[in-house]
Amino acid sequence: MIGLMPGIALKHLLARRRQSLVSLSGIVLGVAFFLAVSSLMQGSESDFIRRLVDNSPHITIQDEFRNPRLQPVEQLYPWGAIEIRRVKPLTETRGIRGYPQILEGLRTEPTLRASPVLAGQALVSFAGKDIAVSLNGMIPAEVNDVSTIQNYMIAGNVDALTVNPDGIILGDALARKLSLALGENVTVTAPTGEVHTFKILGIFHTGRADYDNTQTFADLKRVQALLKRLNRANTIIMKLDDPHRAHAVADGIEHRFGYKSVSWQEANEDLMSTLTTRNIIMYTVVSAVLIVAAFGIYNVISTVVLEKQRDIAILKSMGFRARDIRRIFLIQGLLLGFAGSALGLPFGAGLMLGLMQIRLKFPGSSDPVPLPMDWNWPQFAIAAAFAMGAALCAGLLPARKAAGVQPVDILRGAQ
Amino acid sequence: MTMAVIEAEGLTRRLAGEVTVTLVEDATLAVHQGEFVAITGASGSGKSSLLYLLGLLDRPTSGRIWLRGDETSTLEEDTLAGLRLAEVGFVFQFHFLLPEFSAQENVMLPMQRLGRLQQSEIGARATELLDRLGLAGETGKLPRQLSGGQSQRVAIARALANDPMLILADEPTGNLDTVASANVQRILMDLARDYGRAVIVVTHDRDFAAAADRVIVMSDGKILSSA
Repeated sequence: MIGLMPGIALKHLLARRRQSLVSLSGIVLGVAFFLAVSSLMQGSESDFIRRLVDNSPHITIQDEFRNPRLQPVEQLYPWGAIEIRRVKPLTETRGIRGYPQILEGLRTEPTLRASPVLAGQALVSFAGKDIAVSLNGMIPAEVNDVSTIQNYMIAGNVDALTVNPDGIILGDALARKLSLALGENVTVTAPTGEVHTFKILGIFHTGRADYDNTQTFADLKRVQALLKRLNRANTIIMKLDDPHRAHAVADGIEHRFGYKSVSWQEANEDLMSTLTTRNIIMYTVVSAVLIVAAFGIYNVISTVVLEKQRDIAILKSMGFRARDIRRIFLIQGLLLGFAGSALGLPFGAGLMLGLMQIRLKFPGSSDPVPLPMDWNWPQFAIAAAFAMGAALCAGLLPARKAAGVQPVDILRGAQ
Repeated sequence: MTMAVIEAEGLTRRLAGEVTVTLVEDATLAVHQGEFVAITGASGSGKSSLLYLLGLLDRPTSGRIWLRGDETSTLEEDTLAGLRLAEVGFVFQFHFLLPEFSAQENVMLPMQRLGRLQQSEIGARATELLDRLGLAGETGKLPRQLSGGQSQRVAIARALANDPMLILADEPTGNLDTVASANVQRILMDLARDYGRAVIVVTHDRDFAAAADRVIVMSDGKILSSA
């Protein structure tokens, strides 16, 4: 049994079936598109961040300083008016000084895993072909703690580097270019002129063409020797149990050790702000659909108010208060909003299911992947609440107008 | 003498504008329980305007109205609406039934709004009222499926729904044929005589007015005579 005011509101809407249906369709489509687009937006954002967090270090300590080092006199008189001209830093071998001690310090924190890396350029040669690559020297036993490369292995595995320090791991795209296979030997030439032969112990496929073409992994000691940078690492990469703490942890590390520590958020700041801008634009566009639909509701309720002036006057003469009349027309908006949401949510879910079946090959990716969609209850709740809110706002103005009808004016005119 | 259901003193209603129009001027009257009063006069004499003032649908520019002894001129709109709901029943020249609602639903509306009775009791009372007015078989019909006389009787049933003490009818027979008109006239007179309601009817019908306990004649917004 529905109440008196909802009953009257429903009768009014049913009396104008076609118009009500048209404005209802607007809300249904608005809710469905809102849901589909927002889940696509959220899905692509989550997917992007997940890839970012999974595939890149949460924190990278680089062999550089954010600000020039303070000169001793500046350290001695921090508040002094000191000007030092023509300071030329000492020439020193690039890399993080005392990285084993830094690692020792970092490893006291149980929620953090860190490993040193020495990365440099090299030339991989095979059968007369030379290809420039990025050679990453790592401690094989620690690779799996700080990198997800093992998840992408299609042949061999990272652990094999522990047994054979003369091994190398490379991407399938590079292997294909050089017609290489697991177990074959390849010559690597460093910019220093050093040459070393590595045995291919693993081949990975991440799906990112650039990565699969240019990244190679080998034992840290071998790479240090090849690049003639003994006992050096130029980055320390870290993974945290909670990646969202990366920013704060990186600040602490930089403060403690002086070297520039970059969190994944800082490294991708421009991308994150692009994501925010993209979200604002898309949500504005999708919300516009619902706002247009709300105009449809406004149109229906305004017409009903105009047509029902006499009925409103009669209801008031019977003893209905102005707020009862206002409620009747607000309920009409809400009923359309509610029905629109009730139909739009499953329709939107269907649309999302349909979109999930689509597989696309994105630039930089070698495999077609399904559209990333993120389903969660808050999205459904937001879509429904937005539709209800828009419908309520659309009903507000006509409802006020209806409540202000002076029965005597209408009755006098009708007689 | 029985209690005055409605009493007015020095009622004046003016419409402000470039030229001020006086609808009712200095009207004083009292209508008692069980009294059947007819208001007559030429078109534009202010009969309907006086009826709207007495029914608390319009506010007087000056003057005071007492409904069952309570002064109403200082009351807020919501309170006046509450009084209309419980104490006043309106019948208009056109039936003014809500077209989407059946005869029974139209009669149920004021009772549902008042909320004194349970839903089942409301339905039963609506059926009983329609039955009493000779519409037993028409309860489920929509207004467009009823004749003019039937519709007007449904409107009377709706006006009686909350058992009001004051019934105001604005030319209730003005749009009906002779038979239906006589029927409505009898019903309204019975309400005063048999049920003790105060009934005020605005009418052009001389016979209808002649049957009233008292006839108030209006001209140019003023009460010319009350006898």
